[in-house]
Amino acid sequence: MLRYLARRLGQALLVVAGVVVLTFAVMRLVPGDPAVAFAGPKATPEELAAARERFGLDDPLPAQLVAYVRDLFTGDWGVSLRTRQPVREDLYLAFPASIELVGAALLIAVMVGIPVGVLAARYKTKFPDFGVRFGSMLAVSVPVFWLALALQLIFAGKLDWFPVAGEYDSSLDTTSPLTLWTNITVVDALITGNWPIFTSTLHHLALPALVVAAYPTGVIAQMTRATLIEESGQDHARLERALGFGETSILTKFALRPALSPVLSLIALVFAYSLVNGFLVEAIFNWPGLGRYAAESIRSRDTPAIAGVTLLVALVYVLANLVVDVLQGFLDPRARTR
Amino acid sequence: MTSPGAEVPLRRSLPRIPDRFAAFGAVLIVLIVLAALMAPWLAPYPDEPHPLEGSLPPSGAHWFGTDQLGRDVLTRVLYGGRTSLSIAVSVLAVSALGGVTLGVVAGYAGGWIRDVIMRVTDVFLAFPALLLSLALAVVLPPSVNTVILAIAVTWWPWYTRLAASVAASIATRPYVDAARCLGVPAPLIVLRHVLPNSLTPVLVQISLDAGGVILTAAALSYLGLGAQEPTAEWGLMVQQGQTLFTTNWWIGTFPGLAILVTAFAFNMLGEGLRNALDPRARTVK
Repeated sequence: MLRYLARRLGQALLVVAGVVVLTFAVMRLVPGDPAVAFAGPKATPEELAAARERFGLDDPLPAQLVAYVRDLFTGDWGVSLRTRQPVREDLYLAFPASIELVGAALLIAVMVGIPVGVLAARYKTKFPDFGVRFGSMLAVSVPVFWLALALQLIFAGKLDWFPVAGEYDSSLDTTSPLTLWTNITVVDALITGNWPIFTSTLHHLALPALVVAAYPTGVIAQMTRATLIEESGQDHARLERALGFGETSILTKFALRPALSPVLSLIALVFAYSLVNGFLVEAIFNWPGLGRYAAESIRSRDTPAIAGVTLLVALVYVLANLVVDVLQGFLDPRARTR
Repeated sequence: MTSPGAEVPLRRSLPRIPDRFAAFGAVLIVLIVLAALMAPWLAPYPDEPHPLEGSLPPSGAHWFGTDQLGRDVLTRVLYGGRTSLSIAVSVLAVSALGGVTLGVVAGYAGGWIRDVIMRVTDVFLAFPALLLSLALAVVLPPSVNTVILAIAVTWWPWYTRLAASVAASIATRPYVDAARCLGVPAPLIVLRHVLPNSLTPVLVQISLDAGGVILTAAALSYLGLGAQEPTAEWGLMVQQGQTLFTTNWWIGTFPGLAILVTAFAFNMLGEGLRNALDPRARTVK
C-alpha cells in the first residue's frame, strides 16, 4: 500500500509539473506584448521598460519559466490586468462561491442520479428504464448555457419563483451582516445562525445548481444503472435469488454497495468537470464564483487571471484523481497493481 | 457458395446496431447531416439581413421567427449545422489521427518511448477539456479554426490512451510475433497488423465523443471565442439571442435546441455502440 501511495503521489507531482509548464506555454503564446497589456496603450517607453523589468520579460524563456515556478511556490500567482489585484486574492474570493454552487449541484446529482439509476436497473428494458435512459441522455446532451437561459427565463422571469441572479439579497448585508469563516456563504450563514442570508442564498442557489446538476445527474444515473445491472448478473446475485430474495432487495441490499465504488470515483471526476461547466452558468446567473471571474477575464483578455484559473482547476482535477485512486487502492487491493 | 459457419465471424466484425436507442440516434444523425448538407436547398430564405423584418415571432412564413437583423432563424439553424458538424468532423479527424498514431507507437514500442508519451498524455488529461480549450482559445484570435485547434489539442490524449492499451495487447499476439520473426520491419508491422486491429474501439470512441465536441465547440462560440458574425453557428446564435431572451425568446431557443438534438443523437449512437462492446467503459471527460 505504501509503495502504491508513493508511486501514485510521484505520478501526480509529475503531472502537476507538466501542468505548470503547459500553462506557462499557453500564456506565452499570447500574440502581443504582455507589458503593453499591463501598462496600457498610452504608456511611455519608460513605463513599458519598467513593466518588462517587473515581469522579467527580457529574460530568456527558461529563466522566465524558473521565475514563474518560483513565484507560484512563494504564493505569487501574478497580477490581474483587469482588477489590478493579485490573482491569488481574486481566486481566494471567487473559489468558495464556485465550491458552493458545484457542491449543491453534486448533492442534487447524487440524490437524484443514484435512486433513478437503481430504478432503471430494477425495471431493466421496461418503461422506467427507457425513461431514465432517455432522460439521462438528454441531461448529458443539453448545452448548459442554453439550459441556464431557458430556466432563468421561465422560472425567474415569467413565473417569478426564483431570483434572476446573484448569490443572495445584497440588502441583507446591512440588516444582518455575515461573519465570514469559510467564505462559503451557505456554510457561514449556517454556522453563525444567520437565517435571512441562509434562506436567501438557498433561494438564489436553486436555479443555477439545478442547471449545473444536469450533467452529473445524467452520468451518475447511467453509471449506477450499468454497474448495478452488471452486479446483478454476478454469482452472488444468483445465490441470493436461489435463497428467495426478491429482485428489489437483491439490488438495494447486496448489489448496490459494490456497484457504488465506481460511482464514487465518478463523482470526484465529475466534480472538476462541473466546476468548468459551471463557468458558463455562473456568468449567466451572475454568481460571484470562478466562472464569472473567468468569463470577465476572457472578455478583457486578462492572461494572468486566466492562467491562474486554469492552474487552480487543473490542480483540483489532479487532486480529485489522486484522492479517488488512493481511496480505491485502499478499498480494493487489485487497484494497486494497475 | 459459403458454408453457414463462415457467416458468423463476418457478421460479428460488422458494427451491428445493438438496440432501438442507438438506431434512433443513427437515424437522427442521418437526418441532421442531410439537413446540413442540403441547407442551400432546404432553407426557406437566403441567409441575408432584412431590415424591415427584424425580430418577428414564429409564424407560418417564418417557422422559427427572425432575428434582430431580420434573418430567418430556421435558415440560420440549417446553415449553422454545417458549421457545427464540420467543426466536429475536423476536431475528431485531427485528434484521432494524431492520438492514434502516438498511441500505437507507444503501445507497440513499449519501454521508455511508451513512458514518455504516456506521461505527456497524463499532463494533457489533467485539464478538463473545456478548460484547456478555453485557455487556448483566449490567446488565439477568435475563429472557427481556433475552435478546431483548441478542442483538438485537448482531445487527442484520449485516443492515445485508448490506442496504446489496444496496441500493447495486439503486440503480444502470435501473428505479430510471427511477423517479427520473419524479419518484417517494425513500421510495416504497425501499419499492416497493429493499426487496423486497433481501429474498432477508436471508431466507437469517436462516435461517443462527437456529442461532447459539438457541445464544447458551441460553448466556445457562445463565449465569443469561435465563429464570428455573420457566420451562422449555433453557440454564437444563442449568444446573440441572449440579451433579447426575455422578449424575443425564439432567437436563442431554436439554435440551442439544435445543439441539444445533435449532441443527443450522437450520444445515443455512441452509448449503444459502447454498450455492445464494453458496458463499463468510462463516461466522463
